[in-house]
Amino acid sequence: MTPEEFTIPDFAELQRLMQRHCHTADVQHALKGDRIDISGLAALLSPAAENLLPQLAARSARITARRFGRTIQIYAPLYLSNFCINRCAYCGFSAGNKIDRRVLTLEEAEQEAMILLGRGFKHILLVAGEAPARLGVDYLAELATRLCNRFAAISIEVQPLEEDEYARLFAAGITSVAVYQETYDRGIYAQVHHAGKKCDFDYRLATPARAAAAGMREVGIGALLGLADWRLDGLAMGMHIAWLRKHYWRAALTVSFPRLRPAEGGFQPLVKVNERMLTQMIFALRIFDPDVGLLLSTREEARFRDGMVGLGPTRYSAGSCTAPGGYAHPELTGEQFSVGDHRSMQEVCADICQKGYDPVRKDWDATFQIKDSGAAMSAPAL
Amino acid sequence: MLTIAGRTFRSRLFGGTGKFSSPKVMKEALDASGCEMVTVALRRVDLANPADDIMSVLDRKKFLFLPNTSGARDAAEAVRLARLARAAGGGEWLKLEVTPDPRTLLPDPIETLKATEILVKEGFIVLPYMNADPVLALRLQDAGAAAVMPLGSPIGTNQGILTAFQIAIIIEQARVPVVVDAGLGAPSHAAQAMEMGADAVLVNTAIAVAGDPVRMARAFALAVEAGREAYEAGLGERREDAAASSPETGLDFLR
Repeated sequence: MTPEEFTIPDFAELQRLMQRHCHTADVQHALKGDRIDISGLAALLSPAAENLLPQLAARSARITARRFGRTIQIYAPLYLSNFCINRCAYCGFSAGNKIDRRVLTLEEAEQEAMILLGRGFKHILLVAGEAPARLGVDYLAELATRLCNRFAAISIEVQPLEEDEYARLFAAGITSVAVYQETYDRGIYAQVHHAGKKCDFDYRLATPARAAAAGMREVGIGALLGLADWRLDGLAMGMHIAWLRKHYWRAALTVSFPRLRPAEGGFQPLVKVNERMLTQMIFALRIFDPDVGLLLSTREEARFRDGMVGLGPTRYSAGSCTAPGGYAHPELTGEQFSVGDHRSMQEVCADICQKGYDPVRKDWDATFQIKDSGAAMSAPAL
Repeated sequence: MLTIAGRTFRSRLFGGTGKFSSPKVMKEALDASGCEMVTVALRRVDLANPADDIMSVLDRKKFLFLPNTSGARDAAEAVRLARLARAAGGGEWLKLEVTPDPRTLLPDPIETLKATEILVKEGFIVLPYMNADPVLALRLQDAGAAAVMPLGSPIGTNQGILTAFQIAIIIEQARVPVVVDAGLGAPSHAAQAMEMGADAVLVNTAIAVAGDPVRMARAFALAVEAGREAYEAGLGERREDAAASSPETGLDFLR
């Protein structure tokens, strides 16, 4: 029996769903109860909830404190390559853009990783443009093997892979996989993805499930804000999270909220998403799923990220460079996007402490990943 | 006095080290709680460098460190983690947490039992975190667990003792100390556990995320004492059949 696949209704239907639950009474009902369902999420994402943002914030903060404590987990992205076979209208790495392209050798990648280790990072996210011929599973597996004992956890955000490839990477020491649908609106998706494998909406949509099926500890989804109706993308992400919880209960889940930033290619957002909207989305998803990790990257400005400490997000990147090789060589160009928060890791941590929260640099261990060949389990048969 | 695996404890409140807003606040709260054993998530500790944030601020002479395997999805992972921790100088005591479901962090009974059996044989002092399943409690004790730690409600939910009926059975049947762990959101919950006859409670979230963790730690300490006092004083029985307290139904007339 083939496993069920996640499907998302078209946005017209999501719009109708939202319209059925977009009154102030719906919002208040959602805020009163213990747990909210999809209609509650719709209400919290609707315009009616905008005036109740402080109440959403308070609820989100309370839930986050209980589930995650007064902590923020710190990580750093490590860009391996900006080669890409896709042509995505919004991305600096788009195949059509004339940027300085490079893929780091394994040694260069290790060097970048050691710089991050030296700065105090124990959680890193390996990022690459989608170009399997330039950077494939062999490379990632080898790099993981070299790095996994030195870091608490290594995640990847690269091209969507097959289940057996994820399984191989898991065995090599990769802990988690992030793959963002960018937008769950098929129409907009087709509009902004012009060429390359990324044009296959359904293949990408099924990727988090493949990663979870392969045994990845954690799977991350996300939508790029500025492409389609953010309320409906928020609703779609809620559905995606709920489906993954149901079908892959062992996988920890995270949601990310990258907002479009200036990048090579000069793409202008199709939809304006301001900070208030972003916070509404964050609060709504936190209330909908108390246990999902929420990431706020350096796309956002320091002032905003500071303000959001304790209100819902649970993971912050810091000191990020989005150009491959940029930690060793800050003068290098070829960034994916221009960063909004330029603080160093130390500064981000100090600011988090100032706000009365604990910046957590280590919240996993390589031991979880090490597989000794069955020697661990000399258990009597039950 | 409470005795677990031959070690005595004056305080029946155990603490956790997670979720605090800073190592400083954690230290102050745990000091204020009077607890003598604190659990530490191995995932947070740099085993190669144990003199880090969490470990270094707490006085090892004051607190017995109880490493826990939170994050472990199965027995193999928990066992591996435990062995490494011990090799790094973590001692024999271990809070076994096998929690494959990251959403609820509920403990896997099968993997917990498997791991307990292995670790006990290897000389660990195993305190398994478990759902409030009386049969599982018996199985874990048979396997050599030094105590059992049934949950009041899932970690971080602060819902109190939703599992009272089963915990009462566990306490009644237990040959080892029973430590109610997880979900205790208010001092009254802790007092309730102690009044029921629990030997101790473990509290983490409720103290760590309180508005004033130091005061909350003190409040929990008082509640645990109050509950234990009440238990030892002999709470008036709640009887299912109402019985008059006067001897009208006395049988002195019988010859």
